[in-house]
Amino acid sequence: MSGLEFVNFYLIPGLVLGCIYAISAVGLSLLFGILRFANFAHGDMMSWGGYSALVAVTFLGIGPWASIPVAIVSTVALGLLVQRLFYGRLKGANSVVLLISGFGVALMIRAILYFLFGPTEVTYGLGIQRPFVWEGFRIQWRHMYFIGTAVAIVTALHLFLTRTRTGKAMRAMSDNPDLARITGIPTDRVVTVAWVIGASLTAVAGVFLAIDTQLSPLMGFNLLLPTFAAAILGGIGKPYGAIVGGLVIGLAEEMSSLPLIDGQPLLTPAYKTGVAFAILVAVLIVRPTGIFRSPQ
Amino acid sequence: MPLLDVRQVRGGYGESDILKGVDLAVEPGEIVVIIGPNGAGKSTLMKAVFGLVPLRFGIVAVDGEDITNAKPETHVRRGLSYVPQERNVFPSLTVQENLEMGAFARRDDWSAAMARVFEIFPPLAEKRGALAGSLSGGQRQMVAMGRALMQEPKLLMLDEPTAGLSPKFMDLIFDRVVAINRSGTAILMVEQNARQALAIAHRGYVLAMGQNRFTDTGRGILENPQVAEMFLGG
Amino acid sequence: MSAEAVGLTLYFVQIATLGAIYAVIALGLNVNWGFSGLMNAGIAGFVAIGAYTSAILTAPNGAGQLGAFGWPLWAAWLAAMGAAGVLALVMGTITVNLRSDYLAIATLGIAEILRLIVRNEDWLTGGPLGVTPLARPFESYGNPWAPVLFLLLLLAIVAVVYWLAERAIRSPWGRVQRALRENEAAAAAMGKDVRNFRLQSFVLGATFMGLGGAMLAHFSKYMSPDVVDPLTTTFLVWVMLIAGGSGNNRGAIIGAFLIWGIWAATDFLTAYLPSDVATRAAYLRLFLIGLALQIILIRRPEGLIGERPPRPADGR
Repeated sequence: MSGLEFVNFYLIPGLVLGCIYAISAVGLSLLFGILRFANFAHGDMMSWGGYSALVAVTFLGIGPWASIPVAIVSTVALGLLVQRLFYGRLKGANSVVLLISGFGVALMIRAILYFLFGPTEVTYGLGIQRPFVWEGFRIQWRHMYFIGTAVAIVTALHLFLTRTRTGKAMRAMSDNPDLARITGIPTDRVVTVAWVIGASLTAVAGVFLAIDTQLSPLMGFNLLLPTFAAAILGGIGKPYGAIVGGLVIGLAEEMSSLPLIDGQPLLTPAYKTGVAFAILVAVLIVRPTGIFRSPQ
Repeated sequence: MPLLDVRQVRGGYGESDILKGVDLAVEPGEIVVIIGPNGAGKSTLMKAVFGLVPLRFGIVAVDGEDITNAKPETHVRRGLSYVPQERNVFPSLTVQENLEMGAFARRDDWSAAMARVFEIFPPLAEKRGALAGSLSGGQRQMVAMGRALMQEPKLLMLDEPTAGLSPKFMDLIFDRVVAINRSGTAILMVEQNARQALAIAHRGYVLAMGQNRFTDTGRGILENPQVAEMFLGG
Repeated sequence: MSAEAVGLTLYFVQIATLGAIYAVIALGLNVNWGFSGLMNAGIAGFVAIGAYTSAILTAPNGAGQLGAFGWPLWAAWLAAMGAAGVLALVMGTITVNLRSDYLAIATLGIAEILRLIVRNEDWLTGGPLGVTPLARPFESYGNPWAPVLFLLLLLAIVAVVYWLAERAIRSPWGRVQRALRENEAAAAAMGKDVRNFRLQSFVLGATFMGLGGAMLAHFSKYMSPDVVDPLTTTFLVWVMLIAGGSGNNRGAIIGAFLIWGIWAATDFLTAYLPSDVATRAAYLRLFLIGLALQIILIRRPEGLIGERPPRPADGR
């Protein structure tokens, strides 16, 4: 295999997948830091975002890229509603109860999607586009947009978390919610902001995934495991770690089918999902707090 | 009218009350120290005043206004600041960001307050860009107190500010408490180092088993033979 | 009895049989969650490994997959419990002491990986075609006696599992589990090996789930990936336990029969609807069960019958 083949067929797809995982995992991790429990409905909210865009594509006649804002608004609304109706009412309960509640929310969202759209896979109908080719190096335009958006999101999030009052308050609350309350930080408002950001990222990841593959009610759930693996690898609750975690998992999944031995893939593509799980288990054994050292 | 007026409070975490009818008052500009054996309810009293432990009975009033069981945010707006004993800084925020968080509830310009904090705790100025989690115990205590001072409170509540510190830092913290008080801020402090704390206190309360045992001036309590025998170790 | 009456009886016997299977699985979850507070989100995985173990050990060599071991049913069912237990032992060793989120996602992951293996390793599991045919005991008695006798066998197993679970929770071991769940620090201070106790509970619960899976396989008379829908199975069992009353073995059984009864009854109703509407109605049912779970969690977290002795108030 030539170096160019490696770049075109393994490195680029790995990066693209990694970017989608990263966007999704940052959302999960950010919300975890504030809510203090892992939102099990994260994957299904991603599907929700994907279908919201589909509705916009179908009824407003706009392209999938232009429908991302619609997906964001709709997913944020869903997140705030779930927080208001379910999670928020379980305040003070054992965090495992919240996990169970999230599990239930996931199934409820999925049931709605199945009910409205049925189980068949659909696409936004983007059609086939000519890839960008340069000296044998090939990349799909949409993949460049994905990577570009991921970089933009990470930059914007970094500026938000380090330069704005609300962003700093969010980090403070993620560090120590009790101290944040004592300090006079309005924690309810921070929760709302966290949902707005977290759900927006979820929606973007969902639309990207649907653009790249196909939309189905199970699409997001299938991303739950790699998203968690990425978030835990990066140290759950740490958005920056989640970016690295997402890229690592995405690259590892694509590399797992490298034909290194006798032209056979290392791992049958059917087991790609298993890569994320294997990494997750390895992290849990070796360093459950994630690969990055945390202060204190 | 006292700045903080606590009357006959009863309450605690679960079924049984830790506080069994406690009175406490802090006048503007005072240093008030609470001492007592372990389990007397000192820290619980502080938390209850700040709305962190539910009260079943009694009144907590600030400037004559009843704020019993109000949310901590209310207390901040009324000019109370509280520094818990442990986990009292945001470790992944820088020193400067920790201080900024202390001013979160303020809408006005707080740069003077930050300058004042750096004046009181000069080491913080040097470390302003460092993560609070990377600091030593004494420096963290300074960050925690600095954070609480950022809103220029009328009353600063300190829960065992010298716990676990070396004697050098201990003296420094007591010295800074006096300095903060001289600029007009009232102080309510729970302390294990009873002698040192009472020496700088205007008034002191001795708590035992969730009830008031003695109330006097700082000196009065220090010189009370009964207190000395029971609580100050002879 | 008229043919219609026989049909109706058989229908109820079938619902009760599945109720009994779910009761065993719910008792397993009660050991995990009710006794010890372990969040097992991979119930379907433990059910599936039990089901396939028993299926492979008893099936005649079918469509090319491993088979023809010719084990008797009782031995295969014990092996199913063993296989689920070993899987729980391995995974539990890694995750049981981590925060509950990690345990949840790890168990969910196991279920996913098992699903992949089941679908892709044709030599072992027959892939999408599954393992078939499986023997259901008492078949030679014909209708309606065969299903009734099978139901009675399963009810007897429910009784035994219930008795075991009751013995376990009332023993000193069970008291340690509760103490660990309520206050880990205090229990650890008593010198209890927290990790070992949790692991034991995790494994015990998983063996019950494995047994439930084996029962399910032989009830269905074949085992394929469709028999255990990963999410619905896991989710339904959680709803059963929480509705019935987690921590209470009787609650687990009542919850299993009740929720399965509702689930099956709505099936019965949708059968009268036109087929496309019926498919949609099934999704609506999933939504409503999810909503019911939320309402129970918020309004009545202790379930129909709460745990006794009562939990002390949340220690905050």
